[in-house]
Amino acid sequence: MATIIIPTPLRKFTGNQSTFKVNEAGTISEAILSLTNQYTDLKKHVIDDQGKIRSFVRLYLGDEDVSALDQKADTRIKESDVISIVPAIAGGIY
Amino acid sequence: MSNIAFSPEELSRYSRHIIIPEFNLEGQKKLKAAKVLVIGSGGLGSPLLLYLAAAGVGTIGIVDFDTIDDSNLQRQILFTTNDVGKLKATTAAERIKALNPFIEVIVHNTQLNSQNALDIIKDYDVVADGTDNFPTRYLVNDACVLLDKVNVYASIYRFEGQLSVFNLPLPDGTRGPNYRDLFPEPPPPGLVPSCAEGGVLGVLPGILGSLQAAEVIKVISNVGEPLSGRLFTIDVADFQTRTLKIHKQESTKIEKLIDYELFCGLKNENMSSEVKEITVGQLAEWIDSGKEFQLIDVREPHEYAIAEIGGILIPLAQISEHADRISLEKPVVIHCRSGVRSAKAIRELQELHGWDHLYNLKGGILAWADEIDQLVTKY
Repeated sequence: MATIIIPTPLRKFTGNQSTFKVNEAGTISEAILSLTNQYTDLKKHVIDDQGKIRSFVRLYLGDEDVSALDQKADTRIKESDVISIVPAIAGGIY
Repeated sequence: MSNIAFSPEELSRYSRHIIIPEFNLEGQKKLKAAKVLVIGSGGLGSPLLLYLAAAGVGTIGIVDFDTIDDSNLQRQILFTTNDVGKLKATTAAERIKALNPFIEVIVHNTQLNSQNALDIIKDYDVVADGTDNFPTRYLVNDACVLLDKVNVYASIYRFEGQLSVFNLPLPDGTRGPNYRDLFPEPPPPGLVPSCAEGGVLGVLPGILGSLQAAEVIKVISNVGEPLSGRLFTIDVADFQTRTLKIHKQESTKIEKLIDYELFCGLKNENMSSEVKEITVGQLAEWIDSGKEFQLIDVREPHEYAIAEIGGILIPLAQISEHADRISLEKPVVIHCRSGVRSAKAIRELQELHGWDHLYNLKGGILAWADEIDQLVTKY
């Protein structure tokens, strides 16, 4: 089961869960979709209306930027894979 | 470097650096010759400034416009209880000059903006960004790219920190990735909770600011491998650390400084619905004159527990759902901590219901504490 790591600012949309286990085999896109299907409030913070990853969030497969992979988000993931969602944080009072 | 010399006192002070074989006297000379600008003298700036001064960075500039308040002392270890109310940059300068009298400290008691940024940054070799908001983050990044300066970056939220070295000169003559290669655009206001809502573990900026100081020293002394093209992330709650790759993006183009408040959505040129404002002074008059109005507080319950001014608590996320609790008969003043979330709440309600009787309390409960009632806790 691949794992998606949820960063602190987005945990309020996942009932404070810091990780999400992806049940089915598939691609990075499908993994993110199963996450946002379970936590629907999370979706707009990660994916825009066109289904693209938002510009203030980056997705990583292991230590590699998903957008730098040959197949990008269509890359198939293995059970041992870790996907991280990395958001922009500014650190203070907005 | 040949013209850099040390007094016997300095040699003794820096001896633990000088005896590191790969650092030695040459590394120490490079530190003494270097000019580093630290932007923000708060949580990150505190350890940064202390370690850069202790290490013997020859010239240190400090940019901060803010004054010290009680809520800073949980993490901003440059300051003591007696410093509350004083200017941060000036106080920080006194503190680090006392730590190391052999260095030069330049105080910029000002808010960095698109008009002054290039002028302030141009005289320094390396910039360390310890600011606390998106507009300044993008401003510092863009100014560093335009001026060919290295930007050592750290950022914190609750238990999580991020660190990278942006715009580092590479052996092939190009520069390493910058902040916009990582995050081309900031999140819209309100989407990511601020530290004021979310809080920060006091020791976290201590960890990240110290790592930032280490990167600054590595960049200057040319020792080790700076964190260029990589983003270090740490979650101290479960001690997960990662070092992720950052690639340059062809789409990143920085040609001039822009209006960063506008870029970050903190103001809007074509505001679809204008938000009417009321100052804390006017609100105090309304109360004194017995005027009929309703006060709504859109902060979180844990913030309400720290300080409140008698408003009805409806957190921003529930405002549309609880719109039936908002009076239609009298003017309604909506407030939050600083005025950003309440403006968002008003825009949301105006767009949903077309109301025109809502007023944003300018400066929020912070302005109320500053100007009207000093007994209200600032946080």
